[in-house]
Amino acid sequence: MFAFIVRRVSQAIIVMLIIGLLGFSIKHQIGDPVRDIVGISVSAVEREALRDQLGLNDPFVTQYVRFVRNALHGDLGMSFFFKKPTLEVILAKAPATIELVLVSSLIIIFVSIPLGMYTAIYPRKLFSRIVMGGSIVGVSIPVFLTAILLIYLFSVELHWLPSYGRGQTVNIWGWETGFLSLDGLAHLILPSIALSSIMLPLFIRLIRSEMMEVLETEYVKFAWAKGLAPHRVWFVHAFKNTLLPVITVGGVQLGILIAFTILTETVFQWQGMGFMFLEAVERSDTSLLVAYIIVVGALFVVVNTIVDVIYGAVNPMVRITERK
Amino acid sequence: MKRRWKRFKESYLYYSFKRDRVAVASFITLALLITLSVASPLIAPYNPYDTAAIDVMDSEIPPSWMDEGDPRFLLGTDIQGRDMLSTMLYGMRLSVIIGCGAVLLQAFLGIVIGMLSGYVGGKVDAFLMRMADVQLSFSTLMVAILISAIFQLAFGVGRYEELAIPLLVLIIGLAEWPQYARTVRASVLGEKNKEYVEAARIIGLSSTRIRWRHILPNTMSPVLVISTIQVANAVMSEAALSFLGLGMPVTKPSLGSLINAGFEYIFSGSWWITLFPGLLLVVFVLVINLLGDFLRDTLNPKLYKG
Amino acid sequence: MNNAAPTTDHLLEVTNLEVTFALRTGNLTAIDGVSFTLDRSERVGLVGESGAGKSVTGFAILNLISKPGYISGGRVLFDGQDLTRLTDTEMRHIRGNRISMVFQDPMMTLNPVLSIGTQMMETLKTHTDLSHEEAEAVCLDKLRKVYIPSPEQRLKQYPHEFSGGMRQRIVVAIALLTNPYLIIADEPTTALDVTIQAEIMDLLLELCASEKTGLLLITHDLAVVSQVTQKIVVMYAGKIVEMGPTAEVIASPLHPYTKGLINALPESCRSGNRLNQIPGMMPTLMGIPAGCAFHPRCEMRRRKCEETVPTLVCVKDMNRIVACHLFEK
Repeated sequence: MFAFIVRRVSQAIIVMLIIGLLGFSIKHQIGDPVRDIVGISVSAVEREALRDQLGLNDPFVTQYVRFVRNALHGDLGMSFFFKKPTLEVILAKAPATIELVLVSSLIIIFVSIPLGMYTAIYPRKLFSRIVMGGSIVGVSIPVFLTAILLIYLFSVELHWLPSYGRGQTVNIWGWETGFLSLDGLAHLILPSIALSSIMLPLFIRLIRSEMMEVLETEYVKFAWAKGLAPHRVWFVHAFKNTLLPVITVGGVQLGILIAFTILTETVFQWQGMGFMFLEAVERSDTSLLVAYIIVVGALFVVVNTIVDVIYGAVNPMVRITERK
Repeated sequence: MKRRWKRFKESYLYYSFKRDRVAVASFITLALLITLSVASPLIAPYNPYDTAAIDVMDSEIPPSWMDEGDPRFLLGTDIQGRDMLSTMLYGMRLSVIIGCGAVLLQAFLGIVIGMLSGYVGGKVDAFLMRMADVQLSFSTLMVAILISAIFQLAFGVGRYEELAIPLLVLIIGLAEWPQYARTVRASVLGEKNKEYVEAARIIGLSSTRIRWRHILPNTMSPVLVISTIQVANAVMSEAALSFLGLGMPVTKPSLGSLINAGFEYIFSGSWWITLFPGLLLVVFVLVINLLGDFLRDTLNPKLYKG
Repeated sequence: MNNAAPTTDHLLEVTNLEVTFALRTGNLTAIDGVSFTLDRSERVGLVGESGAGKSVTGFAILNLISKPGYISGGRVLFDGQDLTRLTDTEMRHIRGNRISMVFQDPMMTLNPVLSIGTQMMETLKTHTDLSHEEAEAVCLDKLRKVYIPSPEQRLKQYPHEFSGGMRQRIVVAIALLTNPYLIIADEPTTALDVTIQAEIMDLLLELCASEKTGLLLITHDLAVVSQVTQKIVVMYAGKIVEMGPTAEVIASPLHPYTKGLINALPESCRSGNRLNQIPGMMPTLMGIPAGCAFHPRCEMRRRKCEETVPTLVCVKDMNRIVACHLFEK
């Protein structure tokens, strides 16, 4: 088990270095650190002096190494627009995105598992057919359209829920949370439903097809032959085997979820990292952009590694086959 | 040619297709949409790119069957006064062009890399597949957004919009090649060990020849299956990019940019600016997905679960 | 736990059992008119080629036929109860409890993600009121009975950590947990190495004899049947063609098909001669010939065989039942 973890972590580190290299190349080619620091109204001579001072005329590799070293110390450059260290800006916006992703993930888990299992066990019932039909349509509706439709229905027409922003947030040790106020929670509802709508059809179909395969296996037939109660057969024998491939897919899908926060946050004017990213593009704030790439890249790598490790823990066979 | 058609008509694929009402309906709808979009310069009532013909006084007119509607504009007008129907047709045309172009690029890249990876194996394979995995884990949408953001920063907004169509094809093509590469590689790995490959090697055929003339045709079936779904993905990606302002500009809008432009106006009640392009987009993607599902179920059910 | 002995004469009495598969293209009869009995601690072999309907019979007894199949006729009397009339909840008290099954491939039978202990304990937890410690003691006892060394460690292990032979022993142990009256073993050794096959069959034989458990051995392997069972039932294309005491049937088979099977055994062949094969193949469910299903392959066929389905008749003076026009009066 330990060797397995070590292998995964070392792979993760290599990937991070590559991401770092990409990010740095972008910054090197497109970014203008001088402008980031002093703005636009500085003479050319002073700029050149500043460039030398900042080591911007050094060879690529030297600058890259410096970049990595700074990054490991938490310095990812300065945001041109916010006039603050990029990491600070990102960390300020992160709670918004994290809470959104969290609630969406919960929705996905608690809706797709029961629906997926139900449609696998009772495929011919009307409800199952409706769910399956709905999921194909769901896959074809882009998330921003879902968001717009939700806003139109629940905000503009029914006036039940707010249509933009996070509402009232409470600050706990620097973390602006929307969980602790009713207003904040109300604001969380529509965005997280919109965000989860991308993944729901996928997971429902995935769980369903895995479950149906599992229900046909010899060991499930044997479980029935042992006279076990149906809920035991479904939730103990079938469930764990169904979940294994779902976990792998789940980990990868997290990446997609984070990408889609960019779209969702834009529609809802949700002050999270995704919205920040888009604004950075519009303002040509290269440092912030690169910092975002690095942070999100690190997030992906960490999440994927954790998912791999959990999978290895849950499925006893993976650890052994890995050794081959 | 006639013989091939006859063979196709007798094939299992055609047989299942005929019996599947959903597949037939989807195919007809898709053919209709594509024809309409390709023929849009001919059949659209107005030319939405002709700035001279647009009158801003005509803006935000509701669809013709509603109270303040205007019979000149069947589905109403947008905020600039452009006829919704025409703009949508042109927009769908853009989606089709970009979607197909992007898929061709991805397929080309993916097949080449997948073939190389699967056939050569070893470190090359490991490296390429790891790259593919990383790119996939970032999700193709994220990659597309990142690349377009970088391009926009590098080229500047104006130049970016000029080159939008080829750039978008490039971006989406680059973002989605891993899917093809993985599929082709899996196929190649399966075929590599089959006897006809060994036979070819024994006769003395070169690796390249074996790869392209012998193995490749046998990997086409999975490629065809995922191609339909990839077109749907490409169209959705383009719509997403345009919605974010990283895609087609408002002057030459695709369905995504139209939805974006219309979004603010649902609060003031002009729902048709967003709804109609949205509906068209959904129907378009839906029928592609349905066809893709049908193809996958008939040709190889275990292939593409995502 | 089953302490009370069954009260009727036969432990299992199958009468005219019929199983039909309702397909979109029409109904197919998988087994038809299957009748046989099994007494307490009797070992009966159900023999036939693949597709003859033997597994279907085994599953039908426990009403485990999966859709679109269903029991369309007949009766299965077990210890006085007609199993075909019981609800699923009532059947669950029988399955794994009074009647246990052993499947063919132990790697597929045991759930790979659950430990052996879990898979054994759940049977006891479902069917008995034993406490955790008592149940564990029973599990260890049964593991010892199937000669698994150091059973305490085994409980925590997973199926893939065992060899094929040991896995099948565990499956047998699971079958024995509740001291069932009957074990239905469906091709229990087919998926195992030849050397292990003998061990497992010896084990089954020993345990059934010592625990006085009935055994319905479903297999295509005549050699195994001849060594283990007391009564043999031969099936062909969904019907019984011959039934009688094992030793007698094998020594002097009456039905042409049974004769063909016995003759086809390598042992029956003299050295240097070609192996005797029955020409042709058993028909599939969809292509069952009219009259006697075996007639196209039978050397002794007459015109009657092509037209009329033979009924099962008792052969005078012999403890034998045959379905062949040759033996009708």
